[in-house]
Amino acid sequence: MSATTTSGPTSSGPRRGLGVAASRRRRRMLVLLLCALGIGAAAALALTAFRDNLVFFRSPSDIVSMAAPDGRAFRLGGLVEPGSVVREGAEARFRVTDGAHAVAVTYRGVLPDLFREGQGVVTLGRMRPDGTFAASEVLARHDETYMPPEVMDALKRSGHWNPEQGAAPPAREWNTMTPAETPATRTGG
Amino acid sequence: MPWLWGLSLGVLLPAVAWALLASPADWQQGETVRIMYVHVPMAWLAMAGYSGLALASVLALVWKHPLADLAARELSPIGAVATALCLATGSLWGRPMWGTWWAWDARMTSVLVLFFLWVGHAALTRAFEDEERGARAGAILALVGVVNLPVVKFSVDWWNTLHQPASVARLAAPGMHVSMLGPLLACATGFSLLFATLVLARVRAAVMERRVEALELARAREADRAPGLAVPA
Repeated sequence: MSATTTSGPTSSGPRRGLGVAASRRRRRMLVLLLCALGIGAAAALALTAFRDNLVFFRSPSDIVSMAAPDGRAFRLGGLVEPGSVVREGAEARFRVTDGAHAVAVTYRGVLPDLFREGQGVVTLGRMRPDGTFAASEVLARHDETYMPPEVMDALKRSGHWNPEQGAAPPAREWNTMTPAETPATRTGG
Repeated sequence: MPWLWGLSLGVLLPAVAWALLASPADWQQGETVRIMYVHVPMAWLAMAGYSGLALASVLALVWKHPLADLAARELSPIGAVATALCLATGSLWGRPMWGTWWAWDARMTSVLVLFFLWVGHAALTRAFEDEERGARAGAILALVGVVNLPVVKFSVDWWNTLHQPASVARLAAPGMHVSMLGPLLACATGFSLLFATLVLARVRAAVMERRVEALELARAREADRAPGLAVPA
């Protein structure tokens, strides 16, 4: 705008002024794009560099392959191995697994409500010399499936999903299902 | 404007009633899952609102549109509130389900950064005597902060986190039963309308404020030019 009004009294003024404004706009856009490219590249580099450091917890396989940090507290995460939970008074013993490896964990304290076999957990603690993990905190993770208990019961009854044994079947199979149906009657019908 | 308020509340109130009273509990989380109907819309609004802020900042920096500066300035306090509500409801949800109010995992930390960006933008745009300089600084901050948006979104996929991956905004079918997805989308629509209404109301008020200022300035100039009309002090 200011460029058009200050471009002078010559007959080609307004048109030339518009051209100046447009080229300024183009320049600003170019500067902005270059900045975005630079910042984006810097962020991408930083994020890939942090890729391994930004993990909230380590898996049992990480601990086996990378040698656990000695004496230092860290988080161990995975699924509670089905059939491994033993409770003795206030102490609980269970194994945390990622399918490939499992680590024995001992914990003294109150377990979260969602704690059960097959459930995801994140435990904070240290490795003992005997290779077991002494946890001072146990957090429960839950998966991203949301459904009414009746639908869950129907899946369990029909044998399509037992949450203690594995991950949920594809959402398409159950996210519009009524408790009276099963995935089999739906795909069959 | 009154019709916009009516529309927002007309959608939001039934949606919230549907979510809190007429939708089922969750198989593993029980009634606690109802926190989702506020938490998730606030998270979406925090991100969508920030995309809007970035768009306004580009318009302001490249095309120098005066309304874009104003929109960005009036958007950030509302965005900060949405992000704060997302964090607060998430904390209330995390305590009973995960067993902790807060964890420094990638999702939570990146959303906290998003909150600081909103608050920082709101503060920075108002920190300068010269409003134009403030708007410029704010626009640059907003655009640098865009880097954080994909980090928030994909943090749960790139790194292992305490927070679970996305249920709805993902390529696969929604991992949520329709009886819960319905009220969630209704709540999201209602909160989005309320968000837009609040921002528009603020922008309108700000435009009127400028107009009043301009009129007062014009009147003062006129009084200066015609000293006979002005009453000497």
